[in-house]
Amino acid sequence: MGFVVVLLKREEKRMFGFIRQRAACRGNHASSLERGIRATALRTFSSSGKEMTVRDALNSALDEEMSADPKVFLMGEEVGEYQGAYKISRGLLKKYGPERVRDTPITEAGFTGIGVGAAYYGLKPVIEFMTFNFSMQAIDHIINSAAKSNYMSAGQISVPIVFRGPNGAAAGVGAQHSQCFAAWYGSCPGLKVLVPYSSEDARGLLKAAIRDPDPVVFLENELLYGESFPVSAEALDSSFCLPIGKAKIEREGNDVTITAFSKMVGYALKAAEILAKEGISAEVINLRSIRPLDTSTINASVRKTNRLVTVEEGVPQHGVGAEICATVVEESFYYLDAPIERIAGADVPMPYAANLERIAVPQVDDIVRAAKRICYRSH
Amino acid sequence: MALCLSKSRKFLAHLKPKMGVLGMMNLSSWSSCLSRKQASLSGNGRIPHAFFWNRPPLFTSRRFESVKADIQLGSLRPAGDPQVLNFPGGIVKFTPELKFLSDFPEERIHCYRVLDDSGQPISNNFVQIDKDVAVKMYKDMVTFQTMDTIFYEAQRQGRISFYVTAIGEEAINIASAAALTMDDIVFPQYREAGVLLWRGFTLQEFANQCFGNKGDNGKGRQMPAHYGSNKHNYVTVASTVATQIPHAVGAAYSLKMDGRDACTITYFGDGGTSTGDFHAALNFAAVMEAPVILFCRNNGWAISTPVSDQFRSDGIVVRGQAYGVRSIRVDGNDTLAVFSAVHVARKMAISESRPVLIEALTYRAGHHSTSDDSSKYRPIEEIEWWRAAQDPVARFRKWLEGQGWWTAQSEIELRDRARQEVLHAIQVAEKVEKPPIREIFTDVYDVPPSNLRDQEKSLRGTIERHPQDYPHFPL
Repeated sequence: MGFVVVLLKREEKRMFGFIRQRAACRGNHASSLERGIRATALRTFSSSGKEMTVRDALNSALDEEMSADPKVFLMGEEVGEYQGAYKISRGLLKKYGPERVRDTPITEAGFTGIGVGAAYYGLKPVIEFMTFNFSMQAIDHIINSAAKSNYMSAGQISVPIVFRGPNGAAAGVGAQHSQCFAAWYGSCPGLKVLVPYSSEDARGLLKAAIRDPDPVVFLENELLYGESFPVSAEALDSSFCLPIGKAKIEREGNDVTITAFSKMVGYALKAAEILAKEGISAEVINLRSIRPLDTSTINASVRKTNRLVTVEEGVPQHGVGAEICATVVEESFYYLDAPIERIAGADVPMPYAANLERIAVPQVDDIVRAAKRICYRSH
Repeated sequence: MALCLSKSRKFLAHLKPKMGVLGMMNLSSWSSCLSRKQASLSGNGRIPHAFFWNRPPLFTSRRFESVKADIQLGSLRPAGDPQVLNFPGGIVKFTPELKFLSDFPEERIHCYRVLDDSGQPISNNFVQIDKDVAVKMYKDMVTFQTMDTIFYEAQRQGRISFYVTAIGEEAINIASAAALTMDDIVFPQYREAGVLLWRGFTLQEFANQCFGNKGDNGKGRQMPAHYGSNKHNYVTVASTVATQIPHAVGAAYSLKMDGRDACTITYFGDGGTSTGDFHAALNFAAVMEAPVILFCRNNGWAISTPVSDQFRSDGIVVRGQAYGVRSIRVDGNDTLAVFSAVHVARKMAISESRPVLIEALTYRAGHHSTSDDSSKYRPIEEIEWWRAAQDPVARFRKWLEGQGWWTAQSEIELRDRARQEVLHAIQVAEKVEKPPIREIFTDVYDVPPSNLRDQEKSLRGTIERHPQDYPHFPL
């Protein structure tokens, strides 16, 4: 697919890519469970030789979507004059003006409610939380006013809103700034929950989220903002978007499946490198979407490798890994050669001291040891 | 307010010899405020004379070029005047008096009223309405009152599970609705079914929603009285308290961005004003200059909590100024007063792109809902007095009769017909099938995701295999 795309003339390529992306985005839901079918092949785009930070990826995605659709507007604390608490909205105030990039007073509950009202009317707000820890102030509006509205109104009120911001642990910010909310929001029917890892993820998923008619919770990661990733030419196109509900196989393997999302994908890939040197071929799945969860890709992978390690930053109880374990046990029990291992954060509020914080969050070694454990168990 | 004025008279007298040019300006603006009370009712009758305090121009601190500070030091202290300083937010005059603003005015803010208790106009200062509108308003008030009474009884008989009446607030419902246009978007709380009735929702549609049957445009998703209709620009009722207020502000902002000749209106009770959402919404509405009417139905009770336990301010009207929002207090049981206030507020909101707060004083003559028995926490005599002596429907009828637009015969016919129609709607709704299984899974998302499609398939399979466990389940 990548090679063919390169051969097409410029305009044709753009049109072809546009149509394909539009088709991919129109559905925006996970394809039906393909029992016993191999996981879809790794998508390769033509390389552009370009690298982009996640910050720039998000910024460009916002810019392009705001440019394409006058209904899209950004609201949050410090998004305007300050250029964004993490500079994600740099330059947008100047380009689009204060009507479309609104600095708000300090009330998450307030500006989330305002945003939901605007979405009820038909605008497409992008609400930024300085971190998702602060979204708890607004969670009533996110769940009761946004997630449930289409259902409660019997389809009369759709809420095309995006809630985005950094989620999970940063570095040395303590308990009230470090919680992971993937499992919380992942439990809510009516919400879509996305967890980008790379710059392509960030661009493609944010664009998909903004275009989606349902409310989307978009969980970024502060430590990833500055990280650079290679981006394909297709990903740089303004019509680019990724389907919601499809996981990505970052690295193919045969011996053990490792699922991860957001920052942990990087850790899992590093672990896979180490494991490869010891003769264990790990398949790393970047979940990209917590709700809907791409159970078909996960199960297909487990049926191939017969072993599973789930990785997440959040606490183990009621976490994303717990859900993945349950679905694999339900659908692929007889394919498992070993019990599933969950790697998760310590079941404590995040401590501050650097050494304590390091132990409270999964590290690459933890993933490596878990994979080895379940590989040796069957011997 | 009045307390401030009388105190300030003394304070001005004290300061007078020391005041310069600024002092003279100030004095005149004070005196125009003082004369407010005398001039209030001298309208020509067409549009009532609406007063508000002289607003000195505010120093605007909005800048969207960069974070760079660009203040000229000279403007911080104009003309070297030691009496003022250009603080962030505007010029402030200093005073040597260590004086606190009073917690409560000497006299409560006055309440705008048109008709007295016997339906006689006390002034010409109201928006005139013609016969057709007035008669429709009355008919809808009676229909609404009838619907509430009979639906309440139906709940008591076990035919529906729950109901919320608006007895005593018929004027608020119908008159406010009548003063708006269909383009204005309504964000109700739950005691505003009359607004929807005015806009054309039929008795059958109300009944269908309460019975949660197949004809319910809400597909049986919600408790009774949680109506919603896009067609009527009436946003679906949600049980969460006061969440509709910031929604209305956000939607009003959207209307403004769209350049539409419309506003939003949102209703809430005295209790709802205690929430964080109320505060944030009022604040935002002012900052964003959103064309929204914020209508507070101060009916004295939040379930069993009387207003004295809810807040200690002079009701809700005084809070407007705290946020920089224009506000008015009206007699909520006076149909013409409510109509006039909303009519003028709407004009202000749209033409000036500003929020307006209306506090309608009234009384919740019914219980909070069918899950409540208010005689447990308030005297029955009090309830009965308000229900009978202050019935807004009766008061309006007296005015209509005085105009020669209504007769006793029309009354009998209307009451009879309304009762028949409501009963008929209930009888029909009761027999209609419930919504099909499919509707459990639709509308969660725009398009049902694969897991929901699987769940529906699985459920259908189960029902097929064990039909005896699922009687009366329309597939």
